[in-house]
Amino acid sequence: MGIPNLWRTKGQRYSLAGEICPSCSQHIFPPRDVCPHCAKPAGPIHTLSGRGEVYSYTTMYNVPQGFQEQSPYTVALVKLEEGPMVTAQLTDVENEEVAIGMKVEMVTRKLREESEEGQIVYGYKFRPRLTEAA
Amino acid sequence: MRSVSIIGIGQSAVGELWDRSARHIAYDAISAAMQDAGIETADALFLGNMLSGSLLEQEHLATLVADFCGLRGIEAAKVEAACASGAATLRIGTMAVASGMHDLVIVAGLEKMTDTVGKDTTAGLATASDAEYEALHGVSFVGLNALIMQRYMYEYNVPIDAFAGFSINAHRNGANNPNAMFQEAIDLDAYVKAPVIATPINIMDSSPICDGAAALILAPTEYVKEFTTSHHRGAVQILASASANDTLAVHDRRDPLFLEAAYVSSQKAYQQANVTPADIDLFELHDAFTIMSALSLEATGFARRGEGWRMAHEEQIGINGKLPLSTMGGLKSRGHPVGATGVYQVAEVVQQLTESAGANQVRNARIGMAQNIGGSGATIITHILGT
Repeated sequence: MGIPNLWRTKGQRYSLAGEICPSCSQHIFPPRDVCPHCAKPAGPIHTLSGRGEVYSYTTMYNVPQGFQEQSPYTVALVKLEEGPMVTAQLTDVENEEVAIGMKVEMVTRKLREESEEGQIVYGYKFRPRLTEAA
Repeated sequence: MRSVSIIGIGQSAVGELWDRSARHIAYDAISAAMQDAGIETADALFLGNMLSGSLLEQEHLATLVADFCGLRGIEAAKVEAACASGAATLRIGTMAVASGMHDLVIVAGLEKMTDTVGKDTTAGLATASDAEYEALHGVSFVGLNALIMQRYMYEYNVPIDAFAGFSINAHRNGANNPNAMFQEAIDLDAYVKAPVIATPINIMDSSPICDGAAALILAPTEYVKEFTTSHHRGAVQILASASANDTLAVHDRRDPLFLEAAYVSSQKAYQQANVTPADIDLFELHDAFTIMSALSLEATGFARRGEGWRMAHEEQIGINGKLPLSTMGGLKSRGHPVGATGVYQVAEVVQQLTESAGANQVRNARIGMAQNIGGSGATIITHILGT
């Protein structure tokens, strides 16, 4: 993935910057020009809480180029409290301990290293929730 | 709009074809189809392919193939819709003939996936998903299907070996297909002991990485008599061709366990062909993963929500079953050279409808359906053929 792209999408990857649709009030992640729920122009940036639960998960043993170092790892579909679902790796948890419904929270971690001299990509992963704070 | 028929088919062997380049494999299929139809040239070549740019460093693929096949001067263009590239190409060809813009069109699908090592091919396949919000997080294409399968098993309380029947059926049929990558039957034990790729998906749930090409020759139905000589296999009419999309990313779906695009495209297709699911004599579905077979059966009206896996038994889906599936081995056993798969599926339906499916012939097959899925449900194309 190119450097301009990683720069452009840093708000999404570092802080889950999404949107609230001004027409239908739904939360949207990532930001879009058109609301996927009502097809009206999508709204102002709104940062999501990062709290959610595991909708589904898989532990991958055969991973794409660039991710070998971390293999095997668990990827989840995380249903966020505000409504949107995201695809992300789970961290700080044993692969065998993951279950559907597990409460998780967002943390910032290294996603991949492109090469020895290439860029290091950071972004969101999710770990089991440490607190129940609102 | 003119009615369109398929007057010839050709298929290369599917497998790890290290001694053949992409262009040679395409030639195998295209020359066989042209011979089958009894034609020496055509007005256009439309070529389905997903990965030539990323795996072979070769774009401009259709012109390369046309040149290699001695088809200079005709129109040639590549069509891409991830794993649904093959069926998308058939739709483009169908539109070209139906509109009257062309009379004779070659529709081909080609994929060469074994010139690169596994991790590069895996990364290439992941380009079917959202690069910024799926692939960047390390989820492979198998991983996306595994996420869907895990939730399906949880939601409907389905045991893991419930999916085995789809794989066993595909291998039983592939054993009799000389073009298939895996020409051997498997049993439940082989399924249960298969290594896991991404939990809960194991190797026997998953179609293989391979090379292959298939081709079809299209002509207006009104001209078919000119081509069908006494030794010709006979033409097959395209009764319906319908495509629908869904969100590219699985996480954006209204319901990740329902293939809305399969529902919409199959409903459109039933309407175009004026048939119901009960009229379908055989179904070449997109069994890239066993979970996709279950979801496809549910969305196209053959099973209720959460019950598609219950059909995975020989009396239901075998050659003599209620709804024969993957009759020449499907993606699992014939193989899944991604951009060619949709063309193979239709070529196999033509084999069935022209009584040329050999040991796997479905008796009295008159109406066949093929469904090709791009991504993990984002583009779904349904074709219905009849004699």
